[in-house]
Amino acid sequence: MKNIKIKADNLNVHYGEKQALFDVSMYMEEKQVTALIGPSGCGKSTFIRCLNRMNDVIDICKVQGKIEIDGNDIYAPDMQVEQLRERVGMVFQKPNPFPKSIFENVAYGPRIHGIAEHKSDLEEIVVNSLKKAALFDEVKDRLYDAGTGLSGGQQQRLCIARAISVNPDIILMDEPCSALDPIATARIEELMGDLKTEYTIIIVTHSMQQAARVSSRTGFFHLGKLVEVDKTETIFSNPSDQRTQDYITGRFG
Amino acid sequence: MTDRIEQRINSLNKRLNSEKRFRIYCIGAMSFALAWVLILFLNIFSSGYSAFYRTVIQVDVPFLNLIEDTTQFSEMSSEDINNLSMYSFSKKAIYGLFPDIEEKKDKKMLIRLFSIEFEQEIREFLKSNKSNINETETIYLTASDDVDQVNKGNYPRDLDEDKRRIKDIQLLFFDDLVDRGLVSYEFNLPFLMRGDSREPELAGVGGSIVGSLFTILVVLILSFPIGIFAAIYLEEFASKNRVTDFIEININNLAAVPSIVFGLLGLGIILNTFGLPRSTPLVGGIVLSLMTLPTIIIATRASLRAVPPSIREGALAVGATKMQAVMHHVVPVAMPGALTGTIIGLAQALGETAPLLLIGMVAFVVDVPQTPLDASASLPVQVYLWSESAERGYVEKTSATIMMLLGFLILMNLAAVLIRRKFETKW
Repeated sequence: MKNIKIKADNLNVHYGEKQALFDVSMYMEEKQVTALIGPSGCGKSTFIRCLNRMNDVIDICKVQGKIEIDGNDIYAPDMQVEQLRERVGMVFQKPNPFPKSIFENVAYGPRIHGIAEHKSDLEEIVVNSLKKAALFDEVKDRLYDAGTGLSGGQQQRLCIARAISVNPDIILMDEPCSALDPIATARIEELMGDLKTEYTIIIVTHSMQQAARVSSRTGFFHLGKLVEVDKTETIFSNPSDQRTQDYITGRFG
Repeated sequence: MTDRIEQRINSLNKRLNSEKRFRIYCIGAMSFALAWVLILFLNIFSSGYSAFYRTVIQVDVPFLNLIEDTTQFSEMSSEDINNLSMYSFSKKAIYGLFPDIEEKKDKKMLIRLFSIEFEQEIREFLKSNKSNINETETIYLTASDDVDQVNKGNYPRDLDEDKRRIKDIQLLFFDDLVDRGLVSYEFNLPFLMRGDSREPELAGVGGSIVGSLFTILVVLILSFPIGIFAAIYLEEFASKNRVTDFIEININNLAAVPSIVFGLLGLGIILNTFGLPRSTPLVGGIVLSLMTLPTIIIATRASLRAVPPSIREGALAVGATKMQAVMHHVVPVAMPGALTGTIIGLAQALGETAPLLLIGMVAFVVDVPQTPLDASASLPVQVYLWSESAERGYVEKTSATIMMLLGFLILMNLAAVLIRRKFETKW
């Protein structure tokens, strides 16, 4: 058994009157890829957004229960959310580079956290992050061009570079390939394989093949409940719940 | 089968025809609006352009009659020159145009061809050229408004003499001066530099231009930061509840309040309670800021709302605080929209008249204001003041002032468009 990095305990989330997650309890292993699958509106995005407290932005969202990262409750009153997000990076469904240069996109995080003291340090961080995101070779001659001028797949890798620029432990990916073509998707999946040696990755995906390809553990969400979570092979070959069986065989969803 | 095809073609033709008619209506509406704008501009321009020219009459001034040696002027201070008694000397210089005139009445008529400040104009000439005065100098003196209007052809010369302000003998003098080539027509620089005056030929828009600029400056300094910060707070930080709903409704209401109400507010609170000086651009600016604020807030909020939330999320996800996300990423993207809104608000304020009437900016002010704390007029109020005056000279000056005002408004709107273009295409 690997180290447990993240542990959620009886997580309940409400958006106003509507309950989005019901008693979700699961753990995620360190330096592994965990995939969350399920039909649209099942709560998997809500769940992943709880892990770096992105739901705080939504006024009506109420989170009950406990999430621990390395044994620390991230919803504890003394937890600084900015510090948490420095450790838990996030990549979104649609590539959302800042409307600035490629360099600035990656340099922004280190700069606001004061990670780089000198300009040369900052440049090093930017170059390393772009290399880790397998983007550097494509953009090394135009670091000061607009990040929004890149192709969709490149933009998404730029967002990955931005996420790893502040050196997090965990990277959350919320359907990172849903806006990309198969070739760009393949590159991102390949990249995830490299990144998991350093980072704990949680990925929400609609594609069961993708979950099967990249993850070691998979959780299946349905109607706000975590139906089943297990090793990926087990989920796809021998699920214990009928709903999981129906979903992976394409009978609904 | 053919019936059905025919039916389809008929119905298609109907639809196409109705589209054609619709287009014609649209073009008609646009042409109608455009025609009115053109008529307005033509009307104002045709009656106003002549105010940018003025009539001057050449007079030979024999300075030797004032002093034994003209080089002595260079040793005199401005104050000494101010103390010189020059009235009858100046009059004599003008009589010199027609040495044969004997009768006092005719001499008086001759003097009235000139602006009432002829003595002052000769004195100013002396002051600015004191080190280099010849025995006789040729000076261009401002003609009176009546002469100016006759020269511009605005004056009906064929009226009966007792219905005219300008008398037959004056017309004789004038025509003779024209024949001798002493009357000339030049660009009216004093019109752009001077303040208001009771004499139409001496009145200028300089005072009201400066007054308007000071007012707009006060509006900009007050309402731009307040408006932007209020909009950022309401849009990005305030939680949605009854209090913020109430504030939002009130801001929208404020934008619809008639401007004269703001004038009353300024009169009651800013002048009477706080005791700020009446008739000043400072008070005018404060009152107009109240009016401009809602425009700026609404425009800024709209452009903040147009920034995709994904940019905020991207910044928050790397650990930016809410303020950093807003100030580093959202505000720069929204700024062109906010600036456009601000400029449109300022343009509104520039053209606003009613509130200024109530806080006393309608006063007759001769001096060009030096600071926002000096009493001053403003361009729209100057239009209002001059449009009420009977003299012909003020008619063209009213139109000319409107031209200046429209010019400033067009410049500001152009700036708004340029700012929007420049920053929106950047990425």
